[in-house]
Amino acid sequence: MLEVIRGPAYVLGDNIDTDQIIPAQYLIYNPAIPEEYRMLGKYALAGVPVAQAGLPQGYVPFHRSEDEFKASFPIIIAGRNFGCGSSREHAPIALNAAGVRVVVAEFFARIFYRNAVNGGYLIPFESVERLVEQIRTGDEVEIDVSHARLVNHSTGRTHALKPLGDIAPILAAGGLFAYARLAGLLPSAT
Amino acid sequence: MGMTITEKILARAAGRSHVEPGENIWVNCDVLMTHDVCGPGTIGLFKQHFGPKARVWDPEKVVIIPDHYIFTADPRAHRNIEILREFVREQGIKYYYDPDFLHGDGMPTPYRDPRRTSYKGVCHIALPEEGHTRPGEVLFGTDSHTCTAGAFGEFATGIGNTDAAFVLGTGKLWLKVPPTMRFIFEGELPPWLMAKDLILAVIGEIGCDGATYKAMEFTGEGVFSLNMEERMTLCNMVIEAGGKNGVIEPDQRTLDYVNARNKSGKPYQVVRNDPDARFCYEKVFDVRRLEPLVAMPHSPDNRATVSEVKGLKLDRAYIGSCTGGKITDFRAAARILKGRHVRIDTFIVPATTEVEAQLHTEQIAGKSLYEIFVEAGARIGPASCAACLGGPIDTFGRLNEPLRCISATNRNFPGRMGHKDAQVFLASPLTVAASAVAGCIADPRDYL
Repeated sequence: MLEVIRGPAYVLGDNIDTDQIIPAQYLIYNPAIPEEYRMLGKYALAGVPVAQAGLPQGYVPFHRSEDEFKASFPIIIAGRNFGCGSSREHAPIALNAAGVRVVVAEFFARIFYRNAVNGGYLIPFESVERLVEQIRTGDEVEIDVSHARLVNHSTGRTHALKPLGDIAPILAAGGLFAYARLAGLLPSAT
Repeated sequence: MGMTITEKILARAAGRSHVEPGENIWVNCDVLMTHDVCGPGTIGLFKQHFGPKARVWDPEKVVIIPDHYIFTADPRAHRNIEILREFVREQGIKYYYDPDFLHGDGMPTPYRDPRRTSYKGVCHIALPEEGHTRPGEVLFGTDSHTCTAGAFGEFATGIGNTDAAFVLGTGKLWLKVPPTMRFIFEGELPPWLMAKDLILAVIGEIGCDGATYKAMEFTGEGVFSLNMEERMTLCNMVIEAGGKNGVIEPDQRTLDYVNARNKSGKPYQVVRNDPDARFCYEKVFDVRRLEPLVAMPHSPDNRATVSEVKGLKLDRAYIGSCTGGKITDFRAAARILKGRHVRIDTFIVPATTEVEAQLHTEQIAGKSLYEIFVEAGARIGPASCAACLGGPIDTFGRLNEPLRCISATNRNFPGRMGHKDAQVFLASPLTVAASAVAGCIADPRDYL
């Protein structure tokens, strides 16, 4: 797990559900096939209504152009209940394929959170205070993982994050399978 | 200290005498269900992590039900069905419900007779119909509405591909024991209310994140007077409040349903709350005082009474899905549509082929439900998840334009049924049927 992640932030609102993260029409892609995993990155956040895409102003496309598979925002800042809705693992996969390393939200929907951690796709950090109104899309943000801290270099402000707790060792191992092997729950090689 | 139903089921599945909310435990899985959207990714991870020659932990405990993208010409959707078929052959999976009419390219021609196909349709309804739901068990499914099966007094929850691949190889998964919220419905439902109104009342009350990480138990006379399908509707939408699982204590009606369908004859154990079980929240609703409800765009907790929003113009009505596509739902819709004509495009999608067959055999005053819907001017599609989640562009009933649709389905976040500027209003099949006839949001009490 990276200790420090730095880059421009992309800011979203509350209840960003899995249909907004990856619309159902793209679930035809099988993430077990590398080509199709990449395609999910291309359509990450394609379902967010344009006025709410990239707050506070909105209308900020997540990808610079339509043929980009990766976006240039490694950090997403969101409000309440990020990832609510369906159990599709395509959602954290799409964000991972688009280059997202961390999502900071007030709190997460349960299944998205599990999928993000168990698949080792991204770090889901919960913020101590609501950050959606304090960080602007494009702000240069740094996440210090071990100290659970967010520094906004554009404003000079530091915001505390909640410690990762139980999920830290799973994320550090790289996901559920790697963790289970380390913990002796699965044989160490296949 | 006493335990709730959910805690007791999880304790048993963990081989423990006691568990506490908040504890992380490893549980044994009784049934793992997957479908065409999440199955291929799950199978890929299973092979990646357990090896190309790996065997599933128990081929009789894996149930595969293709249901999402069946009636589409999309070649990748067809390819995904092939991946499932190949896996079923290779692993000797006993319970697989193949869309046997789907071969090669183009939009498949559906089965001619819904009684003569191995295809079932929507997994959450197919699971109980085919006898895969039993009290006291642990069911994991790669679909958020897996919580539907809590209606049978079991622990049922949605998981992702990685978790499902882990279960495929080991039969186990780690879980955090959820605390239980309890919702008590007093009184019997009046004829214009349905389970959908009750669950919209709950979600409106606690919000679409109000049960995050929690179990939701439904109890009281209002719940036990419901048939199994209506109880399924209650548990189906707990995920719309963020709930981990929904659960209803089994009664005689549960056992009658389960025993009639439990084909494998697998024994099960009925689990009840301990008298001193602890709940983290309790809310009493008097169903005699509830009104028909609508969840307004764009969130299932955006509750309004039908009286408040009556008259709002609509473009489309939709009755179907795991939430609103059961025979009870269509019986209710037919009570209103009989002898009337719809004013807006109205789509009817039975959840399963069994429900579809029942549309032909169930009658009201000498007319089958199927005839009632056709004469009302509705369009009837084959059993599938269809437009509930939008799906490929050629999906039956999909909102390809920014329309206003009233729907008996479960979710109305932006883009859920297709176009991201479409507006979806969630309501009971009765309210949807009344609104289809009126062309605007209408009160079922005016049509019954």
